[in-house]
Amino acid sequence: MPVEMENRGPSAGNDQDFYRPLLEVNGVTRLYLNGLGCRDISFVVHPGEVVGIVGESGSGKSTLLSCISGRATIDKGSVIYDMEGVGPKNIFEMSEVERERLALTEWGIIHQNPRDGVRMDVSAGGNIGERQMSLGLRHYGKIRQQAGDWLEKVEIDLDRIDDTPKAFSGGMQQRLQIARNLVTHPRLVFMDEPTGGLDISVQARIVDLLRALVRELGLAVIIVTHDLPMVRLLADRLLVMQRGTIIEEGLTDQVLDDPHHPYTQLLVSSLPRA
Amino acid sequence: MTIDPIPPFVEDVGTNFAYLDPQTKRSIRRAILKAVAIPGYQVPFDSREMPMPPGWGTGGLQVTASLLTPDDTLKVIDQGTDDATNAITIRAFFSKVSGVPMTERTESATIIQTRHRIPETPLNENQILVLQVPQPEPFRRLIPSEKETRKIHALGNYGLMSVMLYENIARLGRVAIAYDYPVRVHDRYLASPSPIPTFDNPKLDNSPALAIFGAGREKRIYAIPPFTKVRSLEFDDYTFTTQSWEARCSLCGSSHTYLEQIGQGDKGSTRYVCSDTYYCKSHAHADEQR
Ligand SMILES: Nc1ncnc2c1ncn2[C@@H]1O[C@H](COP(=O)(O)OP(=O)(O)OP(=O)(O)O)[C@@H](O)[C@H]1O
Ligand SMILES: [Mg+2]
Repeated sequence: MPVEMENRGPSAGNDQDFYRPLLEVNGVTRLYLNGLGCRDISFVVHPGEVVGIVGESGSGKSTLLSCISGRATIDKGSVIYDMEGVGPKNIFEMSEVERERLALTEWGIIHQNPRDGVRMDVSAGGNIGERQMSLGLRHYGKIRQQAGDWLEKVEIDLDRIDDTPKAFSGGMQQRLQIARNLVTHPRLVFMDEPTGGLDISVQARIVDLLRALVRELGLAVIIVTHDLPMVRLLADRLLVMQRGTIIEEGLTDQVLDDPHHPYTQLLVSSLPRA
Repeated sequence: MTIDPIPPFVEDVGTNFAYLDPQTKRSIRRAILKAVAIPGYQVPFDSREMPMPPGWGTGGLQVTASLLTPDDTLKVIDQGTDDATNAITIRAFFSKVSGVPMTERTESATIIQTRHRIPETPLNENQILVLQVPQPEPFRRLIPSEKETRKIHALGNYGLMSVMLYENIARLGRVAIAYDYPVRVHDRYLASPSPIPTFDNPKLDNSPALAIFGAGREKRIYAIPPFTKVRSLEFDDYTFTTQSWEARCSLCGSSHTYLEQIGQGDKGSTRYVCSDTYYCKSHAHADEQR
């Protein structure tokens, strides 16, 4: 397929599937009428890799994330995802039905506000079971068993399984959102400020949880955050955005310990020395 | 399925046959054909004012009016009986505007307009069942947005309805939906069977008769063509069940029909009768003959 060939990135010369990127973002641009948004963004994510995106408020992080997860249209560029059993596909050349199906089977999305990603009037068990039911699991006992297992994994008491998340604390709601996404073992998870609205102590617990789950499940993650200490703990690689473009990119420790771009230096100077 | 030509006029009344003008009938028939071609899919149609208040089944009324020919025989039931006010009014209306014969005999009807029940007498391939539907969208109570529900149908992702069943079982130990229990039509669209009891759901599966659902206020028509697979949602370990009764009909003795409770008997005992009054009468008769 010509499109796929055209869009092969630097690793295209390597025939072994093992080294093939899971996601390849090529020159993605989406500009709002006011000229803001994100511009000519390119990067890759490999299977099992955690990529952090940091940058000041308004630098286009959320815009970028919604583009590459297929929830917003783009003006230019392509997003190539290596589909299980199918191979690399430009998600913007898929039909909406195909794209939604892909998101359901292979992706997860964790929103900053649990209200955007959790059904508040459905029980915790029902929330966790939804994806499995959408994928066709029709055994109540199994759905419930796995819901219970996942509550345990995200450290929510099993006896809350039939409670609606309305009565949960913010941290619990966020952990439920994580369980709800990971229960079907997605390969790639998009996270936009997953600890954004939470207390510091609660944040730390979520970060620990995410770290453990990412490792256990071998997840690839793209995580947008303001939280540099968190990104150091979680991300293998880091992208720094300013005014809609990537201004610096590298291994997380490298970028944080030896920032090159003046903006990154400014950003990092606010960090307590490791 | 053959579709008879649209009759233009009732000579002795001097109006369009069956109230609607040929133009309108043609547009409703087009919606019906589309509905038959895409089983379970809600086809928008240009719903007209009918000389009856909405809520009286104006959707079903328009479907029936567009299908009716002078050779038809019409049966109208409400809650299983031919004698309810709604049924009588609709019958009187069609009698006046079409002159077609009316019947209570399920076997004799070519078109059966109904709400709440499907007759107990098995239907045949020469019959069309027209159901009056208040709410055609099975997700409407869960998702108010039309745009959202259209997307759900387009994707065929009906997990959320299974979540509702899950919630029922988690809270109540069973699926406690007695009426309007959602069905998957032809393994594709999820549809509302209209407010019939779950007892009637199995009658829709592989039925020889065409079923057409008309929702006047919501401007939707959908259909289950003859011999189409219709499955009520269920889990492998919590399978779909219909209502059943310990009792028998106190009039005809039937033990296999949908029963309604009527008042208390002399000694404080509860009595049940068939909700399908025509079936009850004919069944009682059959018993006498035995
Ligand atoms: N729908 C929109 N129309 C016009 N401008 C928008 C729209 N959405 C976002 N913007 C602007 O585009 C820029 C990028 O927004 P975006 O939400 O992607 O930033 P962000 O990096 O996620 O910021 P934050 O860290 O505050 O979440 C901002 O200046 C924002 O005001
Ligand atoms: Mg943002």
